[in-house]
Amino acid sequence: MSRPEPAAPAGFDEPVFAEPWQAEAFAMTVALHDKGLFSWGEWAEALSAEVKKPGAASDGQDYYEHWLAALEKLLSTKGVAGKGDVDALAAAWERAAHATPHGKPILLENDPRPAEGRVGPTEGRIGPTG
Amino acid sequence: MSHDHDHDNELDPFAARVRALETILTEKGLIDPAAIDVIVDTYETKIGPRNGARVVAKAWADAGFAAWLKRDATAAIESLSYAGRQGEHMQAVFNSEETHNLVVCTLCSCYPWSVLGLPPVWYKAPPYRSRAVIDPRGVLEEFGLALPGTTKIRVWDSTAELRYLVVPMRPGGTEGWSEERLADLVSRDAMIGTALAREPA
Repeated sequence: MSRPEPAAPAGFDEPVFAEPWQAEAFAMTVALHDKGLFSWGEWAEALSAEVKKPGAASDGQDYYEHWLAALEKLLSTKGVAGKGDVDALAAAWERAAHATPHGKPILLENDPRPAEGRVGPTEGRIGPTG
Repeated sequence: MSHDHDHDNELDPFAARVRALETILTEKGLIDPAAIDVIVDTYETKIGPRNGARVVAKAWADAGFAAWLKRDATAAIESLSYAGRQGEHMQAVFNSEETHNLVVCTLCSCYPWSVLGLPPVWYKAPPYRSRAVIDPRGVLEEFGLALPGTTKIRVWDSTAELRYLVVPMRPGGTEGWSEERLADLVSRDAMIGTALAREPA
């Protein structure tokens, strides 16, 4: 039997968030729960489904990647943001970043191909449910 | 991430997806970017294990509060204005010579945010989540905590609805100390159960 992965930290504690996007993903989840979009039980279930997938890093460094995936799935299930919408807008943000001179704030308006950032009006969105 | 040129910006794919979600959610009126910044600031700088240390110190100094904390931790903690925002219930588990308590979330990473802030990386990582239940004594030894063989270890598995706070034993030589001074002896790890309260210097 192989030696188990150590459970204790190797050195000093890391900061709560390693990168700004992790803090933003966390805060969006808290804000959406406050808004009543989902219960915390629903959230824990979504997050747990992601973190228990095989291949999770044993040092926990990919934790917020799972967090983001769980948030995307939940928002898709709730009909708030479909994967197609998010894919297209994320690509638009990457193009916008690329087109923004270094040192300037990255704005979505800087996307040189804005039409591609928005998919058709129906995909990923739900109509009124009455 | 590698840069093959230095004149423009890059967003890594995760950052770009987060921005995309923010754009959609803001347009739909579901989030307010200013409120997001406030939440980040709160969890980065305002809520942390200092809150929990004050709860523990008060329990050490005030037997009435300790009894309340044991009976109804949710209300006792709320009385100090550390309210959870996920509607979770709190349970305080008290260490003794006979029993040491250890908290884990095997499911994901449920944690008493209102009193401890956000969990450390190791708490969220698979080795701790899987091994704390199977081999708590071995895990504690990795944290440098060797308990006497006669001390039982009780492991509490957190859920979205119920989170645990370990109340470590009060170190000797602290009689008459103020709550503030006592709180300095209570580390985050002591309230998870992977450490004991610090001995007075």
